[in-house]
Amino acid sequence: MKYVEEYRDPQLAHQLLEQIHAVTTKPWNLMEVCGGQTNTIVRQGIDDVLPAGLRMVHGPGCPVCVTPLEMVDKACAIATRPEVTFTSYGDMLRVPGSHSDLLSLKARGADVRVVYSPMEAVRIAREDPSREVVFFAVGFETTAPANAMAVIRARELGLTNFSILVSHVLVPPAMTSILDDEDCEIDAFLAAGHVCAVMGWREYEPIAAQYRVPIVVTGFEPLDLLEGILMAVRQLETGRAEVENQYIRAVRRNGNEHAQDAIRTVFRVDDRTWRGVGQIPGSGLELAADFAEFDAARRFAVDGIETLENPACIAGSILRGTKLPTDCPMYGIACTPRSPLGAPMVSSEGTCAAFFNAGRVAEATPATVGSMT
Amino acid sequence: MCLGIPGRVTSVVDDAGLRTGVVDFGGVRREVCLAYVPDAAVGDYVVVHVGFAISRLDEDVALRTLEIIAAMPGAMEQELGPAGNSGAPIGGAA
Ligand code: SF4
Repeated sequence: MKYVEEYRDPQLAHQLLEQIHAVTTKPWNLMEVCGGQTNTIVRQGIDDVLPAGLRMVHGPGCPVCVTPLEMVDKACAIATRPEVTFTSYGDMLRVPGSHSDLLSLKARGADVRVVYSPMEAVRIAREDPSREVVFFAVGFETTAPANAMAVIRARELGLTNFSILVSHVLVPPAMTSILDDEDCEIDAFLAAGHVCAVMGWREYEPIAAQYRVPIVVTGFEPLDLLEGILMAVRQLETGRAEVENQYIRAVRRNGNEHAQDAIRTVFRVDDRTWRGVGQIPGSGLELAADFAEFDAARRFAVDGIETLENPACIAGSILRGTKLPTDCPMYGIACTPRSPLGAPMVSSEGTCAAFFNAGRVAEATPATVGSMT
Repeated sequence: MCLGIPGRVTSVVDDAGLRTGVVDFGGVRREVCLAYVPDAAVGDYVVVHVGFAISRLDEDVALRTLEIIAAMPGAMEQELGPAGNSGAPIGGAA
């Protein structure tokens, strides 16, 4: 099948589901990496209609969720400075820091603004040279080209009042970190389609070969996910471990090389701490030495931050896929999207918020229901 | 920030050395950086992440994807940012 045909085509969805049921003979654990995929799976109840024993494990693919607490605290510390205009994607504003969040600071008078693109932050810096404009550069490989271009552009324009607070994460090292865990039960991955639109999938080929794990580059729509699941199970059932591309309409093997060039120019690979998961070597991007002047963390010297994670939140287990939100005693009671205790409840791509928005309750036994609807 | 909305390029301009254009997302227009898709022209469909086109799409695929995103509550707003900041020039030649 070249293109999935129609989102609301129940017949096609049903066919894919039948094929999944027909090829599955053993229990398998598939991890979807992207938070957008988690959202679709949970919202559409895809995990509920898979064969018994075919389990979807929700991975750490929500950029809002994995941004370390320390970076949120740094963002808050910078945002409270009177000379600073702090800009961010909207979904970072409600992420709880140790003591506050950006939205609360804004309500108390800090100059915090939501932007759709880092280029808007560049424009603000250009229009008002009296303000120190800082952009919170978070995300996976999908947002890295945008943040790289913002810095390149700021240099071209000679801006001295623009900087970025960098908290970039990379998917492949997170996958190998999960696979290296002794208790890892993941048999195959659905890789994030849009990450691969930027990076291609060459980086995933050695992982598939070395760990003998199928990796299927998959889109985020319901039919994409059904097809990605089918491709992964087919590989598992026939003993193959390859990188396959379900998302051919948007992803090429080499990705977008123009975007990769910009990333390589502006950033360097560095170790990165993932919120709830811990440090993963080589799993993040930092500004390259040549662009260090644009580093907000240097410009505003915000070291010595002591972080305080809410002890009740089990986000680490959620992000590693070892626990479900419904296993958390705070879920839906003390912790809701309106007043989140942990980051996975903030963004719609977070597993806890996806569960809550789909109305999942603790009694449900997702992923083991064999019936088809 | 991760769904990536497809939209149609309605204009392309050289904004002081930066390839920029206006992209229409089912009626909502935003200024988008086209530097990473140098071959995308007016009328082409592109996938846009945080104000940057990162790949091209066929029209039928793009329209269907747009329909799906529109059907997800809140997804458009989350991907496109709050209404009202459209069309603002991006670091353009003043
Ligand atoms: S429900 Fe809330 S407290 Fe529990 S793990 Fe999720 S974010 Fe943390």
